[in-house]
Amino acid sequence: MINPFKGQNFLLFDAGTPLARPFYSFNILKLKNRYSQYLNNNMMKNGRAMNDISIPIQSSTDKPDQLTVNVWRGGDDGHFDQFIIPARENQTILDVVSEIQQRHDASLSYRFACRVGVCGSCAMTVNGRARWTCRTHVRSLKSDTITIEPLSNMPKIKDLAADLSPFIDKWGAAGSGFKSDATRHDAPAKIDPNSKKRKAANDAIECINCGVCHASCDVVKWNDNYLGPAALNRAWTLVNDERHTGMAETLEAALGSGGCSNCHSQGNCMSACPIGLSPTRSIAGLKKLSLLAMLGVKP
Amino acid sequence: MTEARLYALQRLSAVVMAPLVITHLITIMIAVQGGLTAEEILARTQGLSIWAVFYTVFVLAVAVHAPLGLRKILIEWLKFSTRLANGVALILALGVLALGLRAVMAVTGGGA
Repeated sequence: MINPFKGQNFLLFDAGTPLARPFYSFNILKLKNRYSQYLNNNMMKNGRAMNDISIPIQSSTDKPDQLTVNVWRGGDDGHFDQFIIPARENQTILDVVSEIQQRHDASLSYRFACRVGVCGSCAMTVNGRARWTCRTHVRSLKSDTITIEPLSNMPKIKDLAADLSPFIDKWGAAGSGFKSDATRHDAPAKIDPNSKKRKAANDAIECINCGVCHASCDVVKWNDNYLGPAALNRAWTLVNDERHTGMAETLEAALGSGGCSNCHSQGNCMSACPIGLSPTRSIAGLKKLSLLAMLGVKP
Repeated sequence: MTEARLYALQRLSAVVMAPLVITHLITIMIAVQGGLTAEEILARTQGLSIWAVFYTVFVLAVAVHAPLGLRKILIEWLKFSTRLANGVALILALGVLALGLRAVMAVTGGGA
C-alpha cells in the first residue's frame, strides 16, 4: 500500500482548521487572501448555525447544509445522542466532534492531540469503521448522516473515549519490549540497510499504536486470547531486529497460543491502517517462522 | 499440542488435500459421462490399489483438516471453551476417520 505520508511535511497538510491553514503557503499575500476567504466562508455559516440549527437541506445543491450526527454517549451500556450541525466546505470528523463539544454539549468526552495525523489519539469508529477522525473528511463519507462511536474491541470509558489498556497490555504481552546487552559505551550496531531483515522491519516499524487495526480485527473480537495485529506487527519488527537479545521471549509470545496462528488473514488491519502498514504481512512472516521453527529452522 | 502445531497441521493437511480434491473432482466429471450407477463405480474402483492409497491419504488429510477448522469455529463463534472444542473436534476426527476408511475399504476392496 502507498504510504500517504512519505516525503510529506506534516505542517503543510490541509487539516481544514483555521490554525493549520496559515502554514499552507509562505507567500504572505496569498496566505492572507486565503485566510480571509476561509473566515468569510465559515464564519457566515457559524453565525447561522448558532442562531438556527434546523435549516432544511437545500434541494438545489448536492451538498447538504447540515449533518445529522449520532454520537455514542456513556460507557458500555450507553446510547446514541443526535446532533444537527452545519455542514462546512472543509470539515473533518474531528472538527464535527469538536463543534459538538464546543457549541452543543460541553460534557462530550473525546480524545485528540495533534489534529494533523501524527499522534493517532483521535481514532474513533465512524460509520462503522475505525479511523483517525482528523484525517477523515466528512465529504469522503459521502453521507450527511454520521455515526461516531469509540473504538471497538475495547471497553468504553465515556462517550468517544475508549479504554486502550487491553490493547496496550497485549502489545506488551507479545514480547514487544526491546532488549539489548549493549551499553552506551558500545559502538552502535552496524546494520546493513539493504539486508532482508532490516527491510522487513522497515515495512512495519512506523506503527504508532493508535489501535485502529486492533479495533478493526474480527479475531480480536472473537478470541480474547488473541494478541492482535498491532502487537504481532511489533513482534515482527523485533524478530527482524538484529540487536534484540530477547528473541526467545518474543518468539514464545508471538508464536504461542494467543499468537500469529490465530490470524485468519482477513486483512482488516491492513485496509484500516491509517498509514498504510500491513500487519497482515507481518503476521504472515511470523507464521512462516512458526512453521520453520517446527521443522527445526531457527530465525 | 500447541496452537502453532495445530495451525501447521491444518495448513499441511490442506496442502495434501489440494491435488487430491482436484483429482477427485476431475475423476467424478469423467466418470459420470457414462451414467452413474453403483455397478459402474465399483467396476472402476474395486481391486485397484492406487485408488485405495489415494483415498486413504485423502481420508487421513480430511480427518485432520476438517475437525481443526470446526474447532476454531466453535471457539471463536460459538464461544466453546478450548477443552470442549477439543473434545468435539476429536470425536469428529475419529468419526470421519472410521467412516472414511470403511468407505475406502468398501469401494476399493477386492470385489466383495
